[in-house]
Amino acid sequence: MGFATRLVSVLVLLAGWQAAATAAGSRLLPSPGAILAFIASESASGDLWWNVGITLTRVGVSFVIAMVLGVLLGIALGRSRRLNLVLDTPLLVLLNTPALVITVLAYIWVGLNEGAAVLAVVLNKLPNVAVILREGARGLDPQLEEMARTYRFDRRTWIAHVLVPQLQPFAVAAARSGLSLAWKIVLVIELLGRPNGVGFAINYYFVQSLNVAAIVGYSVVFMSVMIAIDILVLQRLEAHVRRWR
Amino acid sequence: MSVAGDSSEADRTALTVEIRAKVYGAGGPEPVEAVRDLAFCVPTRAITCLIGPSGAGKTTTLRILLGLDTAFDGHVTPSPDTAGIAMVFQEPRLLAWRTVEQNVRLALPRPERQRPLDTLFESLGLTPWRGRYPGALSLGMQRRVALARALAQTPRILILDEPFVSLDDASAAALRGLVVDSVADTGVGVLMVTHNVAEAIAIADRLVLVSARPASLVATVALDRPRDARDRVWAETTRADLASHYPGIIAV
Repeated sequence: MGFATRLVSVLVLLAGWQAAATAAGSRLLPSPGAILAFIASESASGDLWWNVGITLTRVGVSFVIAMVLGVLLGIALGRSRRLNLVLDTPLLVLLNTPALVITVLAYIWVGLNEGAAVLAVVLNKLPNVAVILREGARGLDPQLEEMARTYRFDRRTWIAHVLVPQLQPFAVAAARSGLSLAWKIVLVIELLGRPNGVGFAINYYFVQSLNVAAIVGYSVVFMSVMIAIDILVLQRLEAHVRRWR
Repeated sequence: MSVAGDSSEADRTALTVEIRAKVYGAGGPEPVEAVRDLAFCVPTRAITCLIGPSGAGKTTTLRILLGLDTAFDGHVTPSPDTAGIAMVFQEPRLLAWRTVEQNVRLALPRPERQRPLDTLFESLGLTPWRGRYPGALSLGMQRRVALARALAQTPRILILDEPFVSLDDASAAALRGLVVDSVADTGVGVLMVTHNVAEAIAIADRLVLVSARPASLVATVALDRPRDARDRVWAETTRADLASHYPGIIAV
């Protein structure tokens, strides 16, 4: 029932789009068919998957770095009042700096290279992850801490069975919101200063030929890949983490 | 009923506690004295009940016994690190994300994690629940899991903090039976903290009566009658007797 409703909603959307495209008769509003045709030809030439692959790699690398650093930083902030006092303001500043500003400054200071691109995504995403995990670390159950001390849990047992399970829901939430944030930022970063990737391709078709079918085609493919990752990996991870509830 | 203090008890003493003073915020503007002159011992093969009004500093005393609080004047022998103490907290304090069996095993030292525990689970009626998560169990069953976790340590001393509170009568009676059985089976010394006098009279071999804050020792009372010979008349007489001797600690 739920699936049928979703399907109908998508079909109605597509039909409306097709109708609008037919009525407009302009290449600035291509029909769904025209976009599919573009995806097919770009896919056949290999350009599509090359660019998508490059962008995915950038998203993946910076996502992993930001998650690892953000989780560690968040736990440290949640457990140390002093560290939190020191870093709270810088974190707040970073949280409220526009992604565009961080990106441009990274390119200026580090250079127009891969390192600057990854650094820019990490700096954009890290504060979010750290703030979410800080909440998790602050919410650790003090009664379980006492229990673990009373029963002399060794460090490994405490981390694996007391600490991590309490932080897992926060880490998964940070991963899900972080992934969607990361890929949107990566496209902007590519548009501003990389010679390949989905962001570069979209900019190319915008500046060179105002090819809307290409712009939408690239977006649709990349969005589909990210949604698939969310559903196939992250949502399953979330269900696994919550299995005992 | 008699005042305890015979020398034979010293042989089977598992734990001696002497807290001269425990003050919170000492040196600060408003120090709070939680415990003063509280001394008692916990013998093996017996149930000792620490009774006092709510908020008397019983939890503070427990934290000291467990070695969670070391900032006090006095001593606990042997030290909490080596005394072989296992604890059943008032809230079961189980890891909700681990199964019943994992909760019991994870509290064991690593080399002992895989040892057979079938007899323990069976004796506590937990066998059907071993693979379940604590959230699927009633509070009474969760307390049993906490008791299993404590007994798996093969402790010399078992401390129970208000173990029967907010249980229905049947669950409380069942759990009480399990505690009594484990004393008989393993010779463990039980220290039970409670503010429920009727419960203490039903189960204890010795009562340690504690005054309101600061918690101080008022008296130690031995209850000699065998547990299965304690009927309602005896319980009521004992309670009335205690109430007349220790007004303010035991209500009529």
